[in-house]
Amino acid sequence: MSTTQKITLAKGLNMGLRKAMEDDPKVLIMGEDVGKLGGVFRITDGLQKDFGEDRVIDSPLAESGIVGTAVGMALRGYRPVVEIQFDGFVYPAYDQIVCQVAKMTFRSQGRSKMPMVIRIPFGGGIGAVEHHSESPEAQFAHTPGLKVVACSNPIDGYWMIQQAIACDDPVIFLEPKRQYHADKAELDESATPDPLFTSRTVRAGSDATLLAYGPTVKTALKAAEAAATEGKNIEVIDLRTLSPLDMAPVFESVRRTGRAVVVHEAHVNLGMGAELSARITEECFYSLEAPVLRVGGFDTPYPPSRIEEEWLPDLDRVLDAVDRSMEF
Amino acid sequence: MSDPGGFGPDLVEVFGPSQQDGGPELVQLLTPEGERVHHDEFDHDFSAEELRGFHRDMVLTRRIDTEATALQRHGELGIWAQLLGQEAAQIGAGRALRPQDYVFPTYREHGVAYCRGIDPLDLLGLFRGVDQGAWDPKDNNFGLYTIVIGAQVLHATGYAMGMQRDGVVGTGDPDRDAAVIAHFGDGASSQGDVNEGFIFAASYNAPVVFFCQNNQWAISEPIERQTRIPLYQRALGFGFPGVRVDGNDVLATYAVTQAALQRARDGQGPTLVEAYTYRMGAHTTTDDPTRYRMSDDLEHWKLKDPIARLEVYMRRNGLVDDQYFADLKAEADELGHHLREGCKALPDPQPMSVFDHVYTEMTDELAAQRDGYRAYLDSFEGAGH
Repeated sequence: MSTTQKITLAKGLNMGLRKAMEDDPKVLIMGEDVGKLGGVFRITDGLQKDFGEDRVIDSPLAESGIVGTAVGMALRGYRPVVEIQFDGFVYPAYDQIVCQVAKMTFRSQGRSKMPMVIRIPFGGGIGAVEHHSESPEAQFAHTPGLKVVACSNPIDGYWMIQQAIACDDPVIFLEPKRQYHADKAELDESATPDPLFTSRTVRAGSDATLLAYGPTVKTALKAAEAAATEGKNIEVIDLRTLSPLDMAPVFESVRRTGRAVVVHEAHVNLGMGAELSARITEECFYSLEAPVLRVGGFDTPYPPSRIEEEWLPDLDRVLDAVDRSMEF
Repeated sequence: MSDPGGFGPDLVEVFGPSQQDGGPELVQLLTPEGERVHHDEFDHDFSAEELRGFHRDMVLTRRIDTEATALQRHGELGIWAQLLGQEAAQIGAGRALRPQDYVFPTYREHGVAYCRGIDPLDLLGLFRGVDQGAWDPKDNNFGLYTIVIGAQVLHATGYAMGMQRDGVVGTGDPDRDAAVIAHFGDGASSQGDVNEGFIFAASYNAPVVFFCQNNQWAISEPIERQTRIPLYQRALGFGFPGVRVDGNDVLATYAVTQAALQRARDGQGPTLVEAYTYRMGAHTTTDDPTRYRMSDDLEHWKLKDPIARLEVYMRRNGLVDDQYFADLKAEADELGHHLREGCKALPDPQPMSVFDHVYTEMTDELAAQRDGYRAYLDSFEGAGH
């Protein structure tokens, strides 16, 4: 008999990390403030107390140092899970991630593996100061050797973090920080999760396809509900994996609906939407009724928080894009 | 040097004048003239066999470097990172290691690689462009060459932290206790990653020896561009000991590195070893040092040649005879032949192999790209692959 409990995304991630550490003694957590404090978002709450300071490691304040030493731990046979405190702070570690983490398997012709998870709270909407609300996913999805996933809900948080830790390739694990303590969902720990690198259709529809991931899945679902009141039947796909992309469900959907709109918080220019648009155009050209449209952050630095809700794609901007697609 | 700001004594007062000879702190056991001297802290008794071993290693290492440089001149290598003049620093450090220790090299550690039992031919693939490291790091506990300056210092520190967690530090069992050595140069000492490595290692008391070969030049930039104090003194600011050793003295380098490694294995934490040496050659075969440094310098350092001084000592003390040198020459010639013939025979990788090992298992989308490329190649008439 399975028991269920209602959990937030923060709790789901915390439970998933705990389970991974119980299952495999080689799993280590490292980052700034991940120990006694439990991380600034409390995702690692209680883990140091239960697993000790050798396995939940408070690091000096140096992101390149965190990722670079994690490379050494991985080479020694550990499975480090590092926390980057905020999206905008990943850049000091960018060199280690792109030049070392991503290339080690290739460089060594498969002799050395990099089973590392780099957790990054990403996205905006929390009223934060500069560097705390960014969406750097395209920079990592553009890098061969990395895998990039984004969870959107508590249940996926629980399963996906465990699957990412079990993966022998390095995984950039994006967590929509706005959702950490927002909605609760019913977790059944006895369920069988979808494979990690798969997309999922979260709302069936026939008139247009919304593609979203992380924080914009919720936005897309709300937009679809609103459109339904106007008689439009919108399909929503939670991409979940950004590298590799799982395009099969996307192609299947767009061939049916003939219309696709990509929604992400990241800047539109050269973002995930550009790649999705190109692939859809290549594969579904004769099924398309309209060009693939993109809704995202403007091509500006992230704004001061008082205007971030105007900058971020919201329900109305998504619906506007759906309308433009339908009217094409 | 004046003190413009009034912030206390100037640097010359604190650290002494610029010392081309390494200054009074330089640990030395064998002078450039081949005189055996003693040191209070780092002395060591060497057997005749050990001395001959060091000499042989340095001669063969220099031969690897000479052959590889020639192979580059003949167009067989795209580039080669030369180590001429740094043989003692590398052999001293390499021979101080135990099998269970682990090495994180730069791209110039050919002598250390040789000490670890890597076939020197395997070092050439990277420079020929047929691979990016031909050896399995796990076979000899010798990591792949790292091109990004200083990046490997963090890897070394993390690896050492892994050793701590594996319980192979400070147990008192000489066959079990292990340490890591991180190689880098004077240029890398300016990198954030090196300084972060120092901080992490100090914070966790990690069993790592930071081995800096200060060869005075980072391509065209002299050591004065990287630091205003002797590099070994930086360790104090990070909270662990630093030692400057004569990097052209294989005996002193061995003794100091051995002591630092043992300190790490015993659980006493990191040490910075600055091996004070000189890059006799160019940065790489594409560099031209005549554009930026005086030949006087080179002449000065030629008098400190690491091999010559040991040779003088061994001859003077009757530790070697003509047969020894004849045998060594034959061995070096054989090594040269192995490198020349082996290098030319290194096969080019298959173009399709670029898709392998990007991930531990090829992703579907990469497999599709590979298949598309294969179909493209097959579309040519008479495609015979």
